[in-house]
Amino acid sequence: MGGGITLDHFLVLGLILFLLGAYCVLTRRNAIGILMGIELILNAANINYLAFAYFGGARYDGQVFAIFVIMLAAAGAVIGLAVILAIYQNLRTIDVDAAETLSG
Amino acid sequence: MLNTLAAQIIFYLLAAITVGFAALVVFSRNIVYSAFALVGALMGVAGIYILLAADFVAMVQVLLYVGGIVVLTIFAVMLTQGIGDVAVSNRAAGPVAGLAVTALAGAVMLYATLRTPWHIAHNISVSATTYGVGNAFLGAYVLPFEVASLVLLAALIGAVVISRQDPPAPQTEKAGG
Repeated sequence: MGGGITLDHFLVLGLILFLLGAYCVLTRRNAIGILMGIELILNAANINYLAFAYFGGARYDGQVFAIFVIMLAAAGAVIGLAVILAIYQNLRTIDVDAAETLSG
Repeated sequence: MLNTLAAQIIFYLLAAITVGFAALVVFSRNIVYSAFALVGALMGVAGIYILLAADFVAMVQVLLYVGGIVVLTIFAVMLTQGIGDVAVSNRAAGPVAGLAVTALAGAVMLYATLRTPWHIAHNISVSATTYGVGNAFLGAYVLPFEVASLVLLAALIGAVVISRQDPPAPQTEKAGG
């Protein structure tokens, strides 16, 4: 454990965060819970971007991409929550299994 | 900068905070606890960003994620759930299958991460990043920057249209509405 924090430390942290998010997405039936899992996955990706940006010589490309990811995560969350509210208004539940009535 | 003992302590502290709150998000039975634990997880990630010398991204994370997305999520939780309905609100579906898939993917990615000889730059110099990030946004990345603003506008209008309740029909005055 000696010898300072290396790139691998950050990549493994991102990996753990990604796996938690993926498990959340796979096992939740609550649509908002699934959205939270997606947020965790996007944060894991951002940790990787910034770790590579730092250990690649502290350039700005990785940081710009991280900001783009945050921006698109905001757009995705807004649309996702709007869809969830619309489903709730029609079906009175946000269980994703209930939304299979959309398949007709 | 990351070779000092203090940096190691800070890293493990932030990692513990992040993973702990993220686990609370994932495994909590109550969706309200999950939503509030998301705040802690995202703040821990912001600390990791600062440790990686990305001060501007960390501020954007706090403003947009913690101040925007999480508040929106909590609003959605409050608007859709029977809050006291703990048992129904957060059922897990197939934890064994989920665990199997996650463990398999995690093993593959851990192997790939640890076996790849990453290129590490020497002499990493750290400075305030706002100037550089701003120049990158209005220089090399100006086209994606403008397109992103269009995406945000489209998302805004789309969210208003999707979540709007249908107005009651003008001539037929039915009960309910």
